[in-house]
Amino acid sequence: MSRKPLAVPGEVFLEDLLAGIPHASAVLDEGARIVAVNPLLEVLTGYRRDSAIGVYAEFILRSNLPNGRGQLFQRVLDSGEPVSMDGDIIDRSRMRVPVRFTLSALRLRRNSQAVGILVVLEDISQLQAKAKSTLFGDWTTDIIGHSKKMQDVFNVMPLMAHTDASILITGETGTGKDKIAEAIHRNSARGKFQFVKINCGALPPELLESELFGHVKGAFTGAVRDKPGMFKLADKGTIFLTEIGDMPLPLQVKLLSVLDDRSYFRVGGETKERVDVRVIAATHRSLREQVDRGAFREDLFYRLNVLQIHLPPLRERDGDIRFLLDHFLGDYAERLGKERQTFSAEALELLLAYSYPGNIRELRNIVEYCVNVCGKSLIDREDLPRYLFAREVGVGQRAPAPPAPLAAGREPREPKGEPGEGENWRTVEREMILDALRDARGNRSKAAQQLGLGRSTLWRKMRQLNLA
Amino acid sequence: MKILLTAQGDYIAQRFDLAAEAVIATADNGVLSGRPRTIIMDRPSPENLSNMVMEENIAVVICGGIEERHYQFLQWKKIRVIDYIIGEHSVALERFLRGELHPGDILPLSRANLSL
Repeated sequence: MSRKPLAVPGEVFLEDLLAGIPHASAVLDEGARIVAVNPLLEVLTGYRRDSAIGVYAEFILRSNLPNGRGQLFQRVLDSGEPVSMDGDIIDRSRMRVPVRFTLSALRLRRNSQAVGILVVLEDISQLQAKAKSTLFGDWTTDIIGHSKKMQDVFNVMPLMAHTDASILITGETGTGKDKIAEAIHRNSARGKFQFVKINCGALPPELLESELFGHVKGAFTGAVRDKPGMFKLADKGTIFLTEIGDMPLPLQVKLLSVLDDRSYFRVGGETKERVDVRVIAATHRSLREQVDRGAFREDLFYRLNVLQIHLPPLRERDGDIRFLLDHFLGDYAERLGKERQTFSAEALELLLAYSYPGNIRELRNIVEYCVNVCGKSLIDREDLPRYLFAREVGVGQRAPAPPAPLAAGREPREPKGEPGEGENWRTVEREMILDALRDARGNRSKAAQQLGLGRSTLWRKMRQLNLA
Repeated sequence: MKILLTAQGDYIAQRFDLAAEAVIATADNGVLSGRPRTIIMDRPSPENLSNMVMEENIAVVICGGIEERHYQFLQWKKIRVIDYIIGEHSVALERFLRGELHPGDILPLSRANLSL
């Protein structure tokens, strides 16, 4: 067992580096032998660094990773792609400890062959205990991101939670604006009060005003009793106005007055209602552009835009696609009570090269589809949703990126036929059928052929989707 | 005296609950009688492994990490457990027969390629 030199180019001592990681961590060499460990790993495994160095990592970690013959380590070394998965280890007190393993390749230069692996073991026993004690398994606050851009977002979130200023969250559809807003609320001083979410684009203006600010009995036809409104419900808490860019101008004035005066009149009301509410707004549009077009009030824009978070689209989050695929595979396997499946190399290549215009929502739907459709332990290329192939690009080549983030000042353009806000597989299927029919000039036989379906199957699907 | 070593290839399996192989050796006064035999189970199962230990009248179990409940079960059945052993099972057996094997020992690894 020869000792490896502990320094990497730049003369950084690996153990100094590992000491800064708040979880048990180790660096492995190309043979998956331990090169360096941090004190947290010593505590978790019970092996002091002097004993552990030079030993094949699995002997020290005692994990249940699917790592027979070191194939998981080898996969990380060969592909350079990080892997994250939940499992457990047996610690030195003979206790089984649930752990989230993250394995990342270490390279000396960009795009060069990996020369080692960084293994981080996050003790998730607390998280699992909490998940078991809550009805919904804390699904709503599950924000995953290891990329630099998401780490930047996570870094500013605590700062935003500690202030009371309005926040504007921008980002494409499906990037997790709601989850970020809720996480900020929960970690703020207002966390124990209500978090009220309302979609400004989902309701007609009259109804939206009543929903937001409430009404008094008799204010309009159908107003048979007093209604407090969302702002009142969110008193002392946070109101999350999603799709703020769709809010009608007259209501924008009223919202501005609430932000300025912390008071408003209910519809038909004569007395001022006072509220203490923090406003978090989100939009997938460019509010700046809307201001220029006169569709959004400039004063409200500045009032909301005190603090801003921009959520990067998934295609710009290096490495996160792989993490999210692993995460959702495990999650759905657990929910459906199935054995955890894995993607074949070919399927994975396609999934990693896809551009995900619907971002995490789309990725989650794809994984859900695969887990439901595939009965084998290995999800292969043919188990993936067919629309991925329709827009498949060359192997290893990224799909053309959709328009730049909207916060950067452009109108959203969902690529034709790809899933967008609120869309699911049914919507995607409908779009695919419509596209095929359009291409085939209404000829169902040709459309069915193009889609790889039988003519009667296409007809049945069209009936189900109200297309016939 | 019969000795069971949990195995994964040439090595002691790193976990009792994940071991799908076991090597059983019989010794008399520190000397092996006959060649150790290897038993391959259809799947890893700590319960089946514990049953095998009972059925084979094993006196000593040499293994890697083991959960407390399995450890306690074996102790309760008066079986000696030497756990957290890292290394080749043949070396572990030799050491045990010489009376030099202790829980937590990391044995000299004779092979350059440590991949399982």
